[in-house]
Amino acid sequence: MAFLYLGLFIVLPVAAILQRGFGDGLGNLRAALDTFGAVNALKLTITMAAITAVVNGIFGTLLAYVLVRMRFPGRDLLSTVVDLPFAVPTLVAGVMLVALYGPNSAVGGWFEGHGIHIIFAPLGILLALLFVTLPLVVRSVMPVLLELDPAEEEAARVLGAGRWITFWRVMFPALRPAVAAGALLAFARSLGEFGAIVVVAGNIANKTLTAPVFISQLLQPGSTGGGPDAAAAVSAVLFGLAFVLVLITERLVSHAARRS
Amino acid sequence: MSAIAREPGGPSMSEEDITRLRDRDARRGRVVRGVMLGVSLLYVGVLLLAPLAGIVLYALRAGIGTISSTFQLSDVQHAFTLTFEIMLVTVVVTTFFGVVVALVLARDEFPGKSLVSALVNLPLAISPVVVGLMAVLLFGRGGWFEPFFAARGIRIMFALPSMIIVTIFISIPFVIREVVPVLEELGMEEEQAAWTLGASRLQTFFRITLRNIRWGLLYGIALSAARAIGEVGAVLIVSGLLQGQTETATLYILRAFDQYQDQQGYIVALTLAAFSIVLLIGIETFKRRRTSRTA
Repeated sequence: MAFLYLGLFIVLPVAAILQRGFGDGLGNLRAALDTFGAVNALKLTITMAAITAVVNGIFGTLLAYVLVRMRFPGRDLLSTVVDLPFAVPTLVAGVMLVALYGPNSAVGGWFEGHGIHIIFAPLGILLALLFVTLPLVVRSVMPVLLELDPAEEEAARVLGAGRWITFWRVMFPALRPAVAAGALLAFARSLGEFGAIVVVAGNIANKTLTAPVFISQLLQPGSTGGGPDAAAAVSAVLFGLAFVLVLITERLVSHAARRS
Repeated sequence: MSAIAREPGGPSMSEEDITRLRDRDARRGRVVRGVMLGVSLLYVGVLLLAPLAGIVLYALRAGIGTISSTFQLSDVQHAFTLTFEIMLVTVVVTTFFGVVVALVLARDEFPGKSLVSALVNLPLAISPVVVGLMAVLLFGRGGWFEPFFAARGIRIMFALPSMIIVTIFISIPFVIREVVPVLEELGMEEEQAAWTLGASRLQTFFRITLRNIRWGLLYGIALSAARAIGEVGAVLIVSGLLQGQTETATLYILRAFDQYQDQQGYIVALTLAAFSIVLLIGIETFKRRRTSRTA
Protein backbone atom coordinates (compact mmCIF):
# COMPACT_ATOMS: atom_id res chain seq x y z
CA MET A 1 0.00 0.00 0.00
CA ALA A 2 2.86 2.34 0.84
CA PHE A 3 4.44 1.75 -2.55
CA LEU A 4 1.15 2.13 -4.38
CA TYR A 5 0.57 5.50 -2.70
CA LEU A 6 4.04 6.82 -3.53
CA GLY A 7 3.98 5.29 -7.00
CA LEU A 8 0.63 6.78 -7.87
CA PHE A 9 1.23 10.22 -6.40
CA ILE A 10 4.93 10.75 -7.01
CA VAL A 11 6.54 8.40 -9.54
CA LEU A 12 3.79 8.60 -12.14
CA PRO A 13 3.67 12.41 -12.39
CA VAL A 14 7.45 12.59 -12.56
CA ALA A 15 7.48 10.06 -15.39
CA ALA A 16 4.90 12.13 -17.26
CA ILE A 17 7.08 15.24 -17.11
CA LEU A 18 10.17 13.46 -18.31
CA GLN A 19 8.34 11.69 -21.14
CA ARG A 20 6.66 14.86 -22.39
CA GLY A 21 9.68 17.10 -21.97
CA PHE A 22 12.26 14.80 -23.49
CA GLY A 23 10.09 12.29 -25.40
CA ASP A 24 11.25 13.85 -28.68
CA GLY A 25 14.82 14.34 -27.60
CA LEU A 26 16.06 17.81 -26.80
CA GLY A 27 13.89 19.55 -29.40
CA ASN A 28 11.34 20.75 -26.86
CA LEU A 29 13.99 22.16 -24.60
CA ARG A 30 15.57 24.05 -27.48
CA ALA A 31 12.19 25.39 -28.57
CA ALA A 32 11.42 26.44 -25.02
CA LEU A 33 14.74 28.17 -24.55
CA ASP A 34 14.17 30.08 -27.77
CA THR A 35 10.98 31.51 -26.31
CA PHE A 36 11.30 35.19 -25.47
CA GLY A 37 12.77 35.57 -22.00
CA ALA A 38 13.28 31.90 -21.17
CA VAL A 39 17.05 31.94 -20.77
CA ASN A 40 16.97 35.10 -18.69
CA ALA A 41 14.21 33.63 -16.53
CA LEU A 42 16.37 30.62 -15.71
CA LYS A 43 19.42 32.82 -15.09
CA LEU A 44 17.52 35.17 -12.79
CA THR A 45 16.02 32.24 -10.88
CA ILE A 46 19.38 30.56 -10.29
CA THR A 47 21.10 33.83 -9.30
CA MET A 48 18.38 34.78 -6.81
CA ALA A 49 18.36 31.26 -5.36
CA ALA A 50 22.14 31.31 -4.92
CA ILE A 51 22.13 34.68 -3.12
CA THR A 52 19.28 33.47 -0.92
CA ALA A 53 21.16 30.30 0.00
CA VAL A 54 24.30 32.23 0.99
CA VAL A 55 22.57 35.02 2.96
CA ASN A 56 20.25 32.68 4.82
CA GLY A 57 23.09 30.20 5.28
CA ILE A 58 24.88 32.88 7.30
CA PHE A 59 21.94 34.42 9.17
CA GLY A 60 20.23 31.06 9.63
CA THR A 61 23.33 29.66 11.32
CA LEU A 62 23.61 32.77 13.51
CA LEU A 63 19.95 32.43 14.54
CA ALA A 64 20.37 28.75 15.28
CA TYR A 65 23.36 29.56 17.51
CA VAL A 66 21.47 32.30 19.33
CA LEU A 67 18.45 30.04 19.85
CA VAL A 68 20.45 27.05 21.09
CA ARG A 69 23.28 28.61 23.09
CA MET A 70 21.91 31.81 24.51
CA ARG A 71 19.34 32.36 27.25
CA PHE A 72 17.32 35.54 27.04
CA PRO A 73 13.74 36.61 27.67
CA GLY A 74 11.58 35.98 24.61
CA ARG A 75 13.64 33.11 23.28
CA ASP A 76 10.56 30.91 22.77
CA LEU A 77 8.84 33.76 20.98
CA LEU A 78 11.81 34.22 18.66
CA SER A 79 11.79 30.50 17.94
CA THR A 80 8.09 30.68 17.06
CA VAL A 81 8.57 33.72 14.83
CA VAL A 82 11.35 31.92 12.94
CA ASP A 83 8.79 29.22 12.03
CA LEU A 84 6.31 31.82 10.78
CA PRO A 85 7.16 31.16 7.10
CA PHE A 86 6.29 27.46 7.55
CA ALA A 87 2.74 28.44 8.45
CA VAL A 88 2.04 31.57 6.42
CA PRO A 89 0.97 30.88 2.83
CA THR A 90 3.74 31.95 0.46
CA LEU A 91 1.34 34.10 -1.53
CA VAL A 92 0.38 35.92 1.67
CA ALA A 93 4.09 36.47 2.36
CA GLY A 94 4.32 38.14 -1.04
CA VAL A 95 1.23 40.24 -0.35
CA MET A 96 2.78 41.31 2.97
CA LEU A 97 5.91 42.52 1.18
CA VAL A 98 3.79 44.50 -1.27
CA ALA A 99 1.85 46.03 1.63
CA LEU A 100 5.08 47.07 3.35
CA TYR A 101 7.32 48.08 0.45
CA GLY A 102 4.79 48.86 -2.29
CA PRO A 103 4.97 52.35 -3.81
CA ASN A 104 1.73 53.33 -2.01
CA SER A 105 3.06 52.65 1.47
CA ALA A 106 5.13 55.03 3.59
CA VAL A 107 8.13 52.70 3.78
CA GLY A 108 8.02 51.82 0.09
CA GLY A 109 7.62 55.47 -0.83
CA TRP A 110 10.69 56.38 1.19
CA PHE A 111 12.81 53.76 -0.57
CA GLU A 112 11.48 54.83 -3.99
CA GLY A 113 12.40 58.40 -3.09
CA HIS A 114 15.97 57.26 -2.50
CA GLY A 115 16.10 55.40 -5.79
CA ILE A 116 15.82 51.93 -4.28
CA HIS A 117 13.21 49.83 -6.06
CA ILE A 118 11.93 46.84 -4.11
CA ILE A 119 8.55 45.83 -5.47
CA PHE A 120 8.61 44.81 -9.16
CA ALA A 121 12.40 44.59 -8.86
CA PRO A 122 14.94 41.84 -8.09
CA LEU A 123 15.35 43.12 -4.52
CA GLY A 124 11.71 42.26 -3.83
CA ILE A 125 12.20 38.75 -5.23
CA LEU A 126 15.19 38.34 -2.94
CA LEU A 127 13.27 39.51 0.15
CA ALA A 128 10.46 37.08 -0.69
CA LEU A 129 12.87 34.16 -1.04
CA LEU A 130 14.73 35.08 2.17
CA PHE A 131 11.40 35.17 4.01
CA VAL A 132 10.26 31.79 2.74
CA THR A 133 13.53 29.88 3.27
CA LEU A 134 14.86 31.20 6.60
CA PRO A 135 13.41 28.40 8.80
CA LEU A 136 14.85 25.72 6.48
CA VAL A 137 18.39 26.67 7.46
CA VAL A 138 17.66 27.36 11.14
CA ARG A 139 15.86 24.03 11.61
CA SER A 140 18.61 22.17 9.79
CA VAL A 141 21.42 23.60 11.97
CA MET A 142 19.68 23.60 15.37
CA PRO A 143 19.59 19.83 16.05
CA VAL A 144 23.31 19.50 15.30
CA LEU A 145 24.16 22.43 17.58
CA LEU A 146 22.11 20.83 20.35
CA GLU A 147 24.18 17.66 20.07
CA LEU A 148 27.47 19.54 20.08
CA ASP A 149 29.29 19.43 23.42
CA PRO A 150 30.22 22.96 24.61
CA ALA A 151 33.15 21.34 26.49
CA GLU A 152 35.08 21.15 23.21
CA GLU A 153 34.79 24.88 22.69
CA GLU A 154 35.68 25.57 26.31
CA ALA A 155 38.76 23.40 25.91
CA ALA A 156 39.81 25.39 22.86
CA ARG A 157 39.32 28.66 24.73
CA VAL A 158 41.28 27.49 27.77
CA LEU A 159 44.10 26.43 25.47
CA GLY A 160 44.31 29.98 24.19
CA ALA A 161 42.16 30.10 21.07
CA GLY A 162 40.24 33.33 20.51
CA ARG A 163 36.50 33.37 19.99
CA TRP A 164 36.71 33.57 16.22
CA ILE A 165 39.31 30.78 15.94
CA THR A 166 37.22 28.60 18.25
CA PHE A 167 34.14 29.08 16.11
CA TRP A 168 35.97 28.61 12.84
CA ARG A 169 38.18 25.65 13.81
CA VAL A 170 36.13 23.83 16.43
CA MET A 171 32.44 24.52 15.90
CA PHE A 172 32.09 25.18 12.22
CA PRO A 173 33.60 21.89 10.98
CA ALA A 174 30.98 20.04 13.01
CA LEU A 175 28.19 22.26 11.72
CA ARG A 176 29.28 22.35 8.10
CA PRO A 177 27.15 19.46 6.77
CA ALA A 178 24.02 20.83 8.45
CA VAL A 179 24.67 24.38 7.20
CA ALA A 180 25.27 23.04 3.69
CA ALA A 181 22.14 20.89 3.83
CA GLY A 182 20.05 23.85 5.01
CA ALA A 183 21.48 26.17 2.37
CA LEU A 184 20.90 23.58 -0.36
CA LEU A 185 17.30 23.15 0.75
CA ALA A 186 16.88 26.92 0.65
CA PHE A 187 18.40 26.95 -2.84
CA ALA A 188 16.13 24.17 -4.10
CA ARG A 189 13.08 25.80 -2.56
CA SER A 190 14.00 29.16 -4.12
CA LEU A 191 14.33 27.63 -7.58
CA GLY A 192 10.70 26.57 -7.48
CA GLU A 193 9.08 29.33 -5.45
CA PHE A 194 5.99 30.76 -7.09
CA GLY A 195 3.49 32.15 -4.59
CA ALA A 196 5.78 34.56 -2.76
CA ILE A 197 7.25 35.89 -6.00
CA VAL A 198 4.28 36.23 -8.31
CA VAL A 199 2.78 39.36 -6.69
CA VAL A 200 6.14 40.91 -5.76
CA ALA A 201 8.10 40.58 -8.97
CA GLY A 202 5.85 42.23 -11.51
CA ASN A 203 6.95 39.43 -13.89
CA ILE A 204 8.51 41.61 -16.58
CA ALA A 205 10.11 39.40 -19.22
CA ASN A 206 13.94 39.52 -19.20
CA LYS A 207 13.88 41.60 -16.00
CA THR A 208 11.88 40.15 -13.14
CA LEU A 209 10.34 37.02 -14.66
CA THR A 210 11.48 33.88 -12.83
CA ALA A 211 11.35 30.37 -14.25
CA PRO A 212 8.32 29.14 -12.24
CA VAL A 213 6.28 32.19 -13.21
CA PHE A 214 7.47 31.74 -16.80
CA ILE A 215 6.22 28.13 -16.76
CA SER A 216 2.85 29.19 -15.42
CA GLN A 217 2.56 31.77 -18.19
CA LEU A 218 3.33 29.14 -20.84
CA LEU A 219 0.42 27.11 -19.47
CA GLN A 220 -2.00 30.01 -19.47
CA PRO A 221 -4.72 29.63 -22.13
CA GLY A 222 -3.77 31.59 -25.24
CA SER A 223 -0.06 31.58 -24.49
CA THR A 224 2.16 31.81 -27.56
CA GLY A 225 5.31 30.31 -26.12
CA GLY A 226 4.91 26.64 -27.07
CA GLY A 227 2.44 25.48 -24.42
CA PRO A 228 2.80 22.36 -22.29
CA ASP A 229 5.71 20.91 -24.32
CA ALA A 230 7.92 23.93 -23.75
CA ALA A 231 6.74 24.15 -20.15
CA ALA A 232 7.61 20.50 -19.64
CA ALA A 233 11.12 21.04 -20.98
CA VAL A 234 11.85 24.02 -18.70
CA SER A 235 10.25 22.12 -15.83
CA ALA A 236 12.47 19.14 -16.49
CA VAL A 237 15.53 21.40 -16.09
CA LEU A 238 14.25 22.80 -12.78
CA PHE A 239 13.17 19.38 -11.67
CA GLY A 240 16.50 17.74 -12.51
CA LEU A 241 18.33 20.39 -10.49
CA ALA A 242 15.95 19.98 -7.57
CA PHE A 243 16.27 16.20 -7.55
CA VAL A 244 20.07 16.31 -7.53
CA LEU A 245 19.97 18.83 -4.68
CA VAL A 246 17.61 16.65 -2.65
CA LEU A 247 19.87 13.63 -3.14
CA ILE A 248 22.94 15.60 -2.03
CA THR A 249 21.08 16.93 1.00
CA GLU A 250 19.95 13.43 2.01
CA ARG A 251 23.54 12.26 1.67
CA LEU A 252 24.83 15.12 3.83
CA VAL A 253 22.24 14.57 6.52
CA SER A 254 22.63 10.79 6.76
CA HIS A 255 26.41 11.19 6.67
CA ALA A 256 26.34 13.63 9.55
CA ALA A 257 23.92 11.40 11.47
CA ARG A 258 26.22 8.41 11.10
CA ARG A 259 29.24 10.39 12.30
CA SER A 260 27.55 11.53 15.48
CA MET B 1 40.30 32.75 29.85
CA SER B 2 42.27 32.65 26.63
CA ALA B 3 43.80 36.03 27.19
CA ILE B 4 45.53 34.67 30.26
CA ALA B 5 47.45 32.05 28.35
CA ARG B 6 48.44 34.46 25.63
CA GLU B 7 49.74 37.09 28.03
CA PRO B 8 53.57 37.09 28.21
CA GLY B 9 55.20 35.97 31.39
CA GLY B 10 52.23 33.95 32.59
CA PRO B 11 53.66 32.48 35.77
CA SER B 12 54.72 35.85 37.17
CA MET B 13 51.23 37.39 36.85
CA SER B 14 49.70 38.53 40.08
CA GLU B 15 46.25 37.52 41.30
CA GLU B 16 45.01 40.99 40.43
CA ASP B 17 46.26 40.72 36.85
CA ILE B 18 44.44 37.46 36.39
CA THR B 19 41.18 38.85 37.77
CA ARG B 20 41.51 41.92 35.59
CA LEU B 21 42.09 39.83 32.45
CA ARG B 22 39.25 37.51 33.32
CA ASP B 23 36.90 40.45 33.75
CA ARG B 24 37.99 41.93 30.44
CA ASP B 25 37.36 38.65 28.67
CA ALA B 26 33.93 38.29 30.26
CA ARG B 27 33.08 41.84 29.20
CA ARG B 28 34.10 41.13 25.63
CA GLY B 29 32.06 37.96 25.70
CA ARG B 30 28.99 39.91 26.74
CA VAL B 31 29.53 42.43 23.94
CA VAL B 32 29.94 39.70 21.33
CA ARG B 33 26.81 37.92 22.52
CA GLY B 34 24.89 41.18 22.65
CA VAL B 35 25.83 41.99 19.06
CA MET B 36 24.87 38.49 17.89
CA LEU B 37 21.51 38.72 19.61
CA GLY B 38 20.93 42.23 18.28
CA VAL B 39 21.74 41.24 14.69
CA SER B 40 19.48 38.17 14.95
CA LEU B 41 16.55 40.15 16.28
CA LEU B 42 17.04 42.84 13.67
CA TYR B 43 17.14 40.29 10.84
CA VAL B 44 13.99 38.52 12.01
CA GLY B 45 12.30 41.84 12.72
CA VAL B 46 12.96 43.35 9.31
CA LEU B 47 12.54 40.17 7.29
CA LEU B 48 9.59 38.47 9.01
CA LEU B 49 7.79 40.81 11.40
CA ALA B 50 7.81 44.10 9.50
CA PRO B 51 5.87 42.65 6.53
CA LEU B 52 3.34 41.13 8.95
CA ALA B 53 2.84 44.53 10.57
CA GLY B 54 2.59 46.06 7.09
CA ILE B 55 -0.33 43.90 6.03
CA VAL B 56 -2.17 44.29 9.34
CA LEU B 57 -2.04 48.08 9.07
CA TYR B 58 -2.98 48.05 5.42
CA ALA B 59 -5.98 45.77 5.87
CA LEU B 60 -7.23 47.59 8.95
CA ARG B 61 -6.96 50.94 7.21
CA ALA B 62 -9.71 49.71 4.92
CA GLY B 63 -12.12 50.09 7.85
CA ILE B 64 -14.74 47.82 9.36
CA GLY B 65 -17.23 48.57 6.60
CA THR B 66 -14.99 47.32 3.80
CA ILE B 67 -13.93 44.32 5.84
CA SER B 68 -17.47 43.16 6.52
CA SER B 69 -18.62 43.82 2.97
CA THR B 70 -15.66 41.79 1.68
CA PHE B 71 -16.72 38.80 3.73
CA GLN B 72 -20.24 39.13 2.39
CA LEU B 73 -19.08 38.76 -1.22
CA SER B 74 -20.24 35.37 -2.46
CA ASP B 75 -16.93 34.84 -4.29
CA VAL B 76 -15.02 35.33 -1.04
CA GLN B 77 -17.26 32.97 0.91
CA HIS B 78 -17.03 30.37 -1.81
CA ALA B 79 -13.25 30.73 -1.98
CA PHE B 80 -12.86 30.09 1.75
CA THR B 81 -15.21 27.09 1.63
CA LEU B 82 -13.28 25.58 -1.26
CA THR B 83 -9.93 26.12 0.45
CA PHE B 84 -11.30 24.46 3.57
CA GLU B 85 -12.64 21.45 1.62
CA ILE B 86 -9.34 20.92 -0.18
CA MET B 87 -7.44 21.18 3.10
CA LEU B 88 -9.73 18.67 4.80
CA VAL B 89 -9.38 15.98 2.11
CA THR B 90 -5.63 16.58 1.86
CA VAL B 91 -5.11 16.25 5.59
CA VAL B 92 -7.14 13.03 5.82
CA VAL B 93 -5.33 11.38 2.88
CA THR B 94 -1.80 12.48 3.78
CA THR B 95 -2.31 11.50 7.42
CA PHE B 96 -3.60 8.00 6.73
CA PHE B 97 -1.11 7.08 4.02
CA GLY B 98 1.64 9.08 5.68
CA VAL B 99 1.48 6.86 8.76
CA VAL B 100 1.53 3.73 6.57
CA VAL B 101 4.58 4.92 4.64
CA ALA B 102 6.30 6.03 7.84
CA LEU B 103 5.81 2.58 9.38
CA VAL B 104 7.31 0.94 6.31
CA LEU B 105 10.26 3.35 6.18
CA ALA B 106 11.00 3.15 9.90
CA ARG B 107 10.60 -0.59 10.39
CA ASP B 108 11.17 -2.53 7.19
CA GLU B 109 14.42 -3.11 5.39
CA PHE B 110 14.22 -3.43 1.65
CA PRO B 111 16.44 -2.68 -1.34
CA GLY B 112 16.09 0.88 -2.60
CA LYS B 113 14.93 2.24 0.75
CA SER B 114 17.07 5.36 0.52
CA LEU B 115 15.64 6.03 -2.94
CA VAL B 116 12.10 5.78 -1.54
CA SER B 117 13.01 8.15 1.25
CA ALA B 118 14.43 10.62 -1.29
CA LEU B 119 11.20 10.28 -3.31
CA VAL B 120 9.17 11.16 -0.24
CA ASN B 121 11.10 14.42 0.09
CA LEU B 122 10.89 15.23 -3.59
CA PRO B 123 7.70 17.32 -3.37
CA LEU B 124 9.54 19.71 -1.02
CA ALA B 125 11.99 20.50 -3.78
CA ILE B 126 9.74 20.49 -6.84
CA SER B 127 8.20 23.77 -7.86
CA PRO B 128 4.43 23.82 -7.30
CA VAL B 129 4.14 25.09 -10.85
CA VAL B 130 5.84 21.93 -12.08
CA VAL B 131 3.40 19.90 -9.98
CA GLY B 132 0.54 21.66 -11.76
CA LEU B 133 2.13 20.85 -15.08
CA MET B 134 2.42 17.18 -14.11
CA ALA B 135 -1.32 17.10 -13.53
CA VAL B 136 -1.90 18.72 -16.92
CA LEU B 137 0.25 16.08 -18.59
CA LEU B 138 -1.59 13.24 -16.83
CA PHE B 139 -5.18 14.46 -16.93
CA GLY B 140 -5.26 17.34 -19.43
CA ARG B 141 -6.01 17.15 -23.13
CA GLY B 142 -3.90 14.38 -24.65
CA GLY B 143 -2.81 13.29 -21.18
CA TRP B 144 -2.19 9.68 -20.17
CA PHE B 145 -5.43 9.26 -18.22
CA GLU B 146 -7.61 11.72 -20.06
CA PRO B 147 -9.36 9.12 -22.30
CA PHE B 148 -10.17 6.89 -19.30
CA PHE B 149 -11.92 9.58 -17.28
CA ALA B 150 -13.46 11.36 -20.28
CA ALA B 151 -15.13 8.10 -21.35
CA ARG B 152 -16.74 7.88 -17.93
CA GLY B 153 -17.74 11.52 -17.89
CA ILE B 154 -15.59 12.39 -14.89
CA ARG B 155 -14.07 15.88 -14.89
CA ILE B 156 -10.62 15.98 -13.39
CA MET B 157 -9.02 19.08 -14.84
CA PHE B 158 -10.48 22.52 -14.13
CA ALA B 159 -12.43 20.94 -11.30
CA LEU B 160 -12.07 19.93 -7.68
CA PRO B 161 -10.41 16.49 -8.24
CA SER B 162 -7.27 17.87 -9.91
CA MET B 163 -7.00 20.62 -7.29
CA ILE B 164 -7.11 18.04 -4.52
CA ILE B 165 -4.63 15.75 -6.27
CA VAL B 166 -1.96 18.46 -6.67
CA THR B 167 -2.43 19.63 -3.08
CA ILE B 168 -1.99 16.07 -1.79
CA PHE B 169 1.19 15.69 -3.84
CA ILE B 170 2.65 18.82 -2.29
CA SER B 171 1.65 17.89 1.27
CA ILE B 172 2.85 14.26 1.22
CA PRO B 173 6.24 14.76 2.93
CA PHE B 174 5.14 16.51 6.14
CA VAL B 175 3.51 13.69 8.11
CA ILE B 176 6.08 11.13 6.95
CA ARG B 177 9.07 13.30 7.84
CA GLU B 178 7.78 14.01 11.33
CA VAL B 179 6.64 10.48 12.18
CA VAL B 180 9.62 8.44 10.89
CA PRO B 181 12.19 9.81 13.39
CA VAL B 182 9.78 9.30 16.30
CA LEU B 183 9.17 5.69 15.25
CA GLU B 184 12.88 5.05 14.85
CA GLU B 185 13.57 6.49 18.27
CA LEU B 186 10.88 4.40 19.94
CA GLY B 187 11.86 0.99 18.61
CA MET B 188 9.52 -1.98 18.77
CA GLU B 189 9.73 -3.18 22.38
CA GLU B 190 6.36 -1.87 23.49
CA GLU B 191 4.59 -3.33 20.47
CA GLN B 192 6.26 -6.69 20.89
CA ALA B 193 5.27 -6.77 24.53
CA ALA B 194 1.67 -6.07 23.55
CA TRP B 195 1.67 -8.88 20.96
CA THR B 196 3.17 -11.28 23.44
CA LEU B 197 0.41 -10.40 25.86
CA GLY B 198 -2.15 -11.31 23.20
CA ALA B 199 -3.14 -7.96 21.70
CA SER B 200 -4.11 -8.00 18.03
CA ARG B 201 -2.18 -5.98 15.45
CA LEU B 202 -4.94 -3.41 15.23
CA GLN B 203 -5.24 -3.07 19.01
CA THR B 204 -1.48 -2.66 19.29
CA PHE B 205 -1.48 0.01 16.62
CA PHE B 206 -4.25 2.11 18.16
CA ARG B 207 -3.35 1.63 21.81
CA ILE B 208 0.43 1.84 21.57
CA THR B 209 1.92 2.98 18.27
CA LEU B 210 -0.56 5.77 17.60
CA ARG B 211 -0.39 6.93 21.22
CA ASN B 212 3.38 7.11 21.07
CA ILE B 213 3.60 9.03 17.82
CA ARG B 214 0.69 11.39 18.48
CA TRP B 215 2.63 14.64 18.96
CA GLY B 216 4.90 14.06 15.99
CA LEU B 217 1.85 13.11 13.95
CA LEU B 218 -0.10 16.23 14.99
CA TYR B 219 2.94 18.35 14.15
CA GLY B 220 3.05 16.82 10.67
CA ILE B 221 -0.71 17.28 10.23
CA ALA B 222 -0.51 20.97 11.19
CA LEU B 223 2.33 21.55 8.70
CA SER B 224 0.35 19.66 6.07
CA ALA B 225 -2.76 21.75 6.70
CA ALA B 226 -0.79 25.00 6.54
CA ARG B 227 0.69 23.98 3.22
CA ALA B 228 -2.69 22.91 1.82
CA ILE B 229 -4.32 26.23 2.72
CA GLY B 230 -1.52 28.26 1.20
CA GLU B 231 -1.02 26.34 -2.02
CA VAL B 232 -1.28 28.57 -5.06
CA GLY B 233 1.12 27.70 -7.91
CA ALA B 234 -0.12 24.18 -8.64
CA VAL B 235 -3.77 24.98 -8.01
CA LEU B 236 -3.54 28.01 -10.29
CA ILE B 237 -2.56 25.82 -13.23
CA VAL B 238 -5.09 23.01 -12.80
CA SER B 239 -8.04 25.11 -11.65
CA GLY B 240 -8.78 26.79 -14.97
CA LEU B 241 -9.50 29.94 -12.91
CA LEU B 242 -13.27 29.66 -13.00
CA GLN B 243 -14.42 32.54 -10.84
CA GLY B 244 -16.81 31.40 -8.12
CA GLN B 245 -16.25 27.75 -9.04
CA THR B 246 -12.60 26.68 -8.82
CA GLU B 247 -11.31 29.77 -7.08
CA THR B 248 -9.62 29.10 -3.74
CA ALA B 249 -8.79 31.83 -1.23
CA THR B 250 -5.26 32.23 -2.60
CA LEU B 251 -6.51 32.39 -6.18
CA TYR B 252 -9.05 35.00 -5.11
CA ILE B 253 -6.18 37.12 -3.75
CA LEU B 254 -4.33 36.84 -7.06
CA ARG B 255 -7.41 37.91 -9.02
CA ALA B 256 -8.15 40.76 -6.61
CA PHE B 257 -4.69 42.20 -7.24
CA ASP B 258 -5.02 41.68 -11.00
CA GLN B 259 -8.28 43.59 -11.02
CA TYR B 260 -7.04 46.41 -8.79
CA GLN B 261 -9.27 45.42 -5.89
CA ASP B 262 -6.27 45.54 -3.61
CA GLN B 263 -8.26 46.09 -0.43
CA GLN B 264 -10.26 42.89 -0.82
CA GLY B 265 -7.01 41.10 -1.62
CA TYR B 266 -5.34 42.43 1.54
CA ILE B 267 -8.31 41.51 3.71
CA VAL B 268 -8.48 37.92 2.45
CA ALA B 269 -4.69 37.64 2.74
CA LEU B 270 -4.79 38.90 6.32
CA THR B 271 -7.52 36.36 7.15
CA LEU B 272 -5.34 33.54 5.80
CA ALA B 273 -2.37 34.93 7.74
CA ALA B 274 -4.42 34.99 10.95
CA PHE B 275 -5.51 31.40 10.40
CA SER B 276 -1.96 30.31 9.70
CA ILE B 277 -0.76 31.96 12.91
CA VAL B 278 -3.29 29.88 14.84
CA LEU B 279 -1.86 26.82 13.08
CA LEU B 280 1.64 28.02 13.93
CA ILE B 281 0.81 28.07 17.64
CA GLY B 282 -0.42 24.48 17.25
CA ILE B 283 2.75 23.59 15.34
CA GLU B 284 4.97 24.98 18.11
CA THR B 285 3.00 23.27 20.88
CA PHE B 286 3.09 19.87 19.15
CA LYS B 287 6.78 20.25 18.39
CA ARG B 288 7.63 20.99 22.00
CA ARG B 289 5.56 18.04 23.28
CA ARG B 290 7.15 15.77 20.71
CA THR B 291 10.71 16.70 21.62
CA SER B 292 10.07 16.55 25.35
CA ARG B 293 8.72 13.02 24.86
CA THR B 294 11.56 11.64 22.81
CA ALA B 295 14.32 13.49 24.64
